[in-house]
Amino acid sequence: MATSMPDPSQKHQRREHGLMLALVSPALLVILALIVLPVGWLAWQSIYHDGFTLENYRRVFTEDIYWRSFALTFEISLAVTVISLLLGYPVAYLANAVPKGWSILILALVVLPFWTSVLVRAYAWLALLQRTGVINQLLRYLDVISEPLALVHNTFGTVIATVHILLPFMVLPLYATMQKIPGDLMQAGASLGASPSLTFVRVFLPLSLPGVLAGCTMVFVLCLGFYITPELLGGGRTVMVSMLVSRNVELYNQFGAASAVAVVLLLSVLAIFFVVSRFISLDRVLGQK
Amino acid sequence: MMRASPARIALYAISALVLVYLILPVLIIAPISFSSARFLTFPPPSFSLRWYQQYFANPAWMQATRVTLTVAFLTVLIATPCGVAAAYAISQSKLRIMRIIHMALLLPLVVPIIITAVGIFFVYAKVGLVATLPGLVLANVMLGLPYVVISVLAGLQSFDPAQEMVARSLGMNRLRSFFAVTLPQVKSSVVAGGIFAFISAMDETIVALFISGGQYQPLTKRMFTALRDEIDPTIAAISTLMTAASFMLVLLASARQKRAG
Repeated sequence: MATSMPDPSQKHQRREHGLMLALVSPALLVILALIVLPVGWLAWQSIYHDGFTLENYRRVFTEDIYWRSFALTFEISLAVTVISLLLGYPVAYLANAVPKGWSILILALVVLPFWTSVLVRAYAWLALLQRTGVINQLLRYLDVISEPLALVHNTFGTVIATVHILLPFMVLPLYATMQKIPGDLMQAGASLGASPSLTFVRVFLPLSLPGVLAGCTMVFVLCLGFYITPELLGGGRTVMVSMLVSRNVELYNQFGAASAVAVVLLLSVLAIFFVVSRFISLDRVLGQK
Repeated sequence: MMRASPARIALYAISALVLVYLILPVLIIAPISFSSARFLTFPPPSFSLRWYQQYFANPAWMQATRVTLTVAFLTVLIATPCGVAAAYAISQSKLRIMRIIHMALLLPLVVPIIITAVGIFFVYAKVGLVATLPGLVLANVMLGLPYVVISVLAGLQSFDPAQEMVARSLGMNRLRSFFAVTLPQVKSSVVAGGIFAFISAMDETIVALFISGGQYQPLTKRMFTALRDEIDPTIAAISTLMTAASFMLVLLASARQKRAG
């Protein structure tokens, strides 16, 4: 930006603009054809079927099964977000407090599962949590339990596996924010006589809040649209919104209803991003991955 | 600084437990895949390669593997040049519309994938791209583009466009100066972006569930269907191979990025 050039002629500038638009057009075309058009199609299909109709939305907002699914999805997303924060904050804090070599190791362990397919991890959780799985075998071997516990094919299993997948999205923004908190602030607090816990609560915690918001937003939004994990680990009872969409398409051929559910889900996501963007820059939220 | 206060000890203990929770599922798969047992038992009774044999001897799994690799390679071949050209234009152009275009290119990361998948399914059903290889590749190009754009834009941030001006003032044309001056300096970011697009295509499941079929089903779709029916340790063998491939690619990409500084 700082390179100041003599004003090029109008013609030259127009050619430059044309070239840049030409360069960006293949990528833009792919995006327009494969995400903008399909999502637009969904929106259209949700309100148009031999004439305009709001019937699909009436169903989504009044029929029990839709309501329950939306409520369950928001509940699970909230639980996953809170658990991720409680588990992720100490890890990010530790990675920030220890010497460089250790923090690299901790962060490597955090992102390691990131690069394992979601499908592979669903399989691993099934192997660990099912009735004849590793955990139940271990607990029975240790005589802690006599009957196998139902750890999977329910909401519990879904939450455990979902937190596992989304935790890196919490730890990374938290760590990035904590890195920017100057260490002398804590020392200043200590030199003024505050106890370590007081400096943490009054100085460190408030300064880390933007990271908390960024991490929570990402985890919550990603969880709203989760499909593979609840489908494989939920045992058919945990019907999240994404599964409602897929069942309406694959089993019942209810394209209009599926589209309306998808549109409501998308609007929820966009609304969350919009509200959050009033407080922190969205780059901060989407910065990872 | 690091006194052994109760709070400290709790911090270390909680963090250690969380890290174990993160790593355990990744580590558990390989031992299962090398076990001789039909049903999951841990520790495995004896070492065996039978699940790997079952995988390699099964024509359906092999066909799915071919589809996955073909799709991933074609995705990289298409997404990388498109993404590089777009990132270059976004970073160099002063047009105001570029900001909007930049955001549009990141849409695949924002829209829940299930919505994208169903939308693409409806569009493909109209134009006859369901259960075809081109359909699968195109969808993965779209999903991989953001990774290339983000990676290359980050690389271009530290690049001084004046260098290209110099090359052009010395008589090179635009295209040559790009390939001679600009591209070598962001090569690592380009390779890293391409690798991420490859991994994204290799792991992609949800869109494939809706739009793939017949002989053009990728590995992930077959794995998903198999997991829904019964737990077969063949999946553990495939998972182990996929995870190994992912990790090697990520190491390659991060080594590249580190060299870029």
